[in-house]
Amino acid sequence: MSDVQQLKGKDFKSNQEVRWCPGCGDYSIISSVQSILAELGRDKDNVVMVSGIGCSSRFPYYMGTYGFHGIHGRANAIATGVKVANPDLDTWVITGDGDGLSIGGNHMIHSLRRNVNLKIILFNNEIYGLTKGQYSPTTPQGQKTKTSPFGSVDAPFNPLQLALGAGATFAARTLDVRPKHMKAVLKAAAEHNGAAFVEVWQNCVIFNDGAFKHWSEKKVRDDQTVDLVAGQPMIFGAEKEKGLRSEGCQIQVVSADEASIWDPTVESPGPGFLMSQLDKDPSMPRPFGVFRQVEAPTLDDLVHDQISEVTDKLGEGSLKDLIYTPDSWEVK
Amino acid sequence: MSSELTRQDDVTIRFAGDSGDGMQLTGTQFTETTAKVGNDLATFPDYPSEIRAPAGTRAGVSGYQIHFSSRDIYTPGDAPSVLVAMNPAALITNYKDLQPGGIILVNTGAFTEKDLQKAELDVNPLTDGTLSGFRVIEEDINQRTIEALEGTSLGKKDVLRCKNFYTLGMMYWLFSRPIEPTLEWLNVKFAKKPELADANIRALKAGYNYAELLRLFQGRYEVPKVEDVAPGFYRNVMGNQALAIGLAAGAEMANLKVFLGSYPITPATDILQYMSLMKNYDVITCQMEDEIAGVCTAIGASFAGRLGMTTTSGPGLALKTEAIGLAVITELPLVIVDVQRAGPSTGLPTKVEQADLLQSMFGRNSEAPLPVLSCATPADAFDCAVEACRIATQYMTPVILLSDNYIANGAEPWKLPDMDKLEHFPVEFVTDPEGFSPYNRDAKLARGWAKPGTPGLAHRIGGLEKDSKTGNVSHDPDNHQVMVDLRLAKVNGVADTISIPPLNGPDSGDLLVVAWGSSYGAARAAVERMQKEGVTATHMHMRHLRPFPHGLADIFRKFKRIVVPELNMGQLAYVLQAEYPEFRFEKYNKVKGKPFQARELKAHFEKLLEEKS
Repeated sequence: MSDVQQLKGKDFKSNQEVRWCPGCGDYSIISSVQSILAELGRDKDNVVMVSGIGCSSRFPYYMGTYGFHGIHGRANAIATGVKVANPDLDTWVITGDGDGLSIGGNHMIHSLRRNVNLKIILFNNEIYGLTKGQYSPTTPQGQKTKTSPFGSVDAPFNPLQLALGAGATFAARTLDVRPKHMKAVLKAAAEHNGAAFVEVWQNCVIFNDGAFKHWSEKKVRDDQTVDLVAGQPMIFGAEKEKGLRSEGCQIQVVSADEASIWDPTVESPGPGFLMSQLDKDPSMPRPFGVFRQVEAPTLDDLVHDQISEVTDKLGEGSLKDLIYTPDSWEVK
Repeated sequence: MSSELTRQDDVTIRFAGDSGDGMQLTGTQFTETTAKVGNDLATFPDYPSEIRAPAGTRAGVSGYQIHFSSRDIYTPGDAPSVLVAMNPAALITNYKDLQPGGIILVNTGAFTEKDLQKAELDVNPLTDGTLSGFRVIEEDINQRTIEALEGTSLGKKDVLRCKNFYTLGMMYWLFSRPIEPTLEWLNVKFAKKPELADANIRALKAGYNYAELLRLFQGRYEVPKVEDVAPGFYRNVMGNQALAIGLAAGAEMANLKVFLGSYPITPATDILQYMSLMKNYDVITCQMEDEIAGVCTAIGASFAGRLGMTTTSGPGLALKTEAIGLAVITELPLVIVDVQRAGPSTGLPTKVEQADLLQSMFGRNSEAPLPVLSCATPADAFDCAVEACRIATQYMTPVILLSDNYIANGAEPWKLPDMDKLEHFPVEFVTDPEGFSPYNRDAKLARGWAKPGTPGLAHRIGGLEKDSKTGNVSHDPDNHQVMVDLRLAKVNGVADTISIPPLNGPDSGDLLVVAWGSSYGAARAAVERMQKEGVTATHMHMRHLRPFPHGLADIFRKFKRIVVPELNMGQLAYVLQAEYPEFRFEKYNKVKGKPFQARELKAHFEKLLEEKS
């Protein structure tokens, strides 16, 4: 029996005034994180939020947990140090499309390939917000921004494909305007043992307003998006009348009763990759939910297991052993 | 049949050959054996940056110099008295450094027309008088090795690879060294390949016996062990190795566990390699995806309560710059080791230089002061690594420790510290929530270190300026001034805990030599030679470069001239001139990828003294 009181979402807030723009999608994300941490019974003194630079990266200051606001792009590396140094800490990375995929792209892929037990939330608003409106590595080609006044010529990343390609053992996508969906995805991420990559489509009301409206607005959402739920058929539409059927490398829209069952736990990243490829086809719905969820050893466990193994074999070393090695000699 | 035995107190040998000839191994074996004999020694490995430059070319020459003596020595020797040249390129690029009348052992088995061409030689230097004035001993070591290994199962290529051990055997005989330590080493090294152990042992013994039988060298030398050596335990160490041990020891003395986040870079990589062996000391090493990740993981680990460290060389330090600023503003302990090499950019990656001093002091955006120190010799790297850990943890600050290529790969006997006399500096983490703020400071101005997981101390730190009292983000102009002042005062306060370096020589006089880093040996030897000749000069060696210890001005004012020899264009002199404008600091600089020689420093110092009179 624990006498620790069950915390509520508000207990995970800090005393600092939140300074995101009114209407920013970030508010919904932070409140979802606070409430799932409370629901999961997490100890706020054991949670560490690590961020880089950007609007999203102010996140740790607004949390009542331990937090580290790093430098641009390096959140994953800093968080890797935290987690490997003390695997007991519940360590989260808060990043954005610029921070995590552009300047920090390298650390992102390497933390995923190493399967560091981090929960990584990537706020994707397809724009640089804090520097006031330049194109990011997820901005669609052709979009006019402050640094692409005639339209961006850069081909964008698909964040999920990048994560899956890097070997992410957990990759998911959700949306700021669907808090219930977001909480379910974040909970699954929090409970995953390994690197969990969660892309959150997040509206920037100032510099990229409406970027996701074709998939986020209530009147179109049902027809334009499909929720991937493990063990359930992939169905969508206002009346749940449509479904997706996968055959080989093809995904087709079929009637609901012909829909395939979604299974993110297959070892191959192939199915998740195929689903994320639907983003390129305007006639297809955009998938949300968990794209991949597989078990694999984590870096933090492997590091400490190896230390234990070698120590068992060689015995615990002392400072004296380190200095006085068998090849030393005495002068009398 | 005994050969004439000549006593010598001081010998310098240089082994030179192709990168593939195994000269570094030959040199380190000679060094290990010599250490066991009880000589003092200093070494200087010098090799190209290509792993295997085209065979036989001048670019591919790899050298290893060892100076050993029956008295205390400080440098690997200015001019070798013996040169071993395994091919024409090795001969032509090295013979000029030799003392007049020195011995050259030449492997004539590698002097075909083709070998000469590869070394860009039109005529054979063995026959055109180039080597007049030296005692040249020509021997077809290739052929001798083949004969010695007759009947072995090894192919010709593998047989020829044993020629370095044949040569080592000859040198062991010439300098009366025992072959047993190398035999033992070979048996361990090739425990799983007994045929290779056997071949190398046969080659070593054959070379030894051949030198004895044929009286190749017209005599034999003995270099007696050092007699007046201080009692205690010793071992032979290379600089990178001593530094790795020092980092682990320093963490232990702080009662912390190591986290090393690093990325391979010449000439610092060995430290990561050594430390990755220390698993049973609970040392965590992570070879990260790049230099930035190396330092960032170390910062994260320090935040989490380990002692974060990162090891690199100049280009890597440049990449880590922004993150080091983050460690400055978050006031986390962090040890950064820069094993300097010649630059800029990739420069001469396997050659020595001391040109990262200003980068270490000032190479960050804005006002980001941090302590900087430097090690002087391979064994001193241990003490300096411990000192870096002390400063980092006691002052909650990143510290840069400068080593260099010459120290990193050089070796010397290390007098092991008395375990009971090591002064520990255990860290006490903050655990009391009463009145807690992340920026509460102690008398030294160091902030408290509260690690995540501690109940009631949840707090946020980061790259944005913080309120000096609450630790919350603050854009207040006056607060920023306060925090900048605090961070500077904290680093300057380190001076309260360090002392003035000892003076080698009188505490006043005509000339003070102020040196730092690996110039130690050459500067000290130069000054001591002058003193022996009755010329007064004093050498002071700076370990702490930022902040300087208190009281330096009192020393400076007692000398008529102050000279600062450095392997850069005058970086320490520049800083000293700015800090102590009342004195004049004369520069003496060299940037050739080579260390100073004692004789060149002595000549320069003597010139300075003559100018005065």
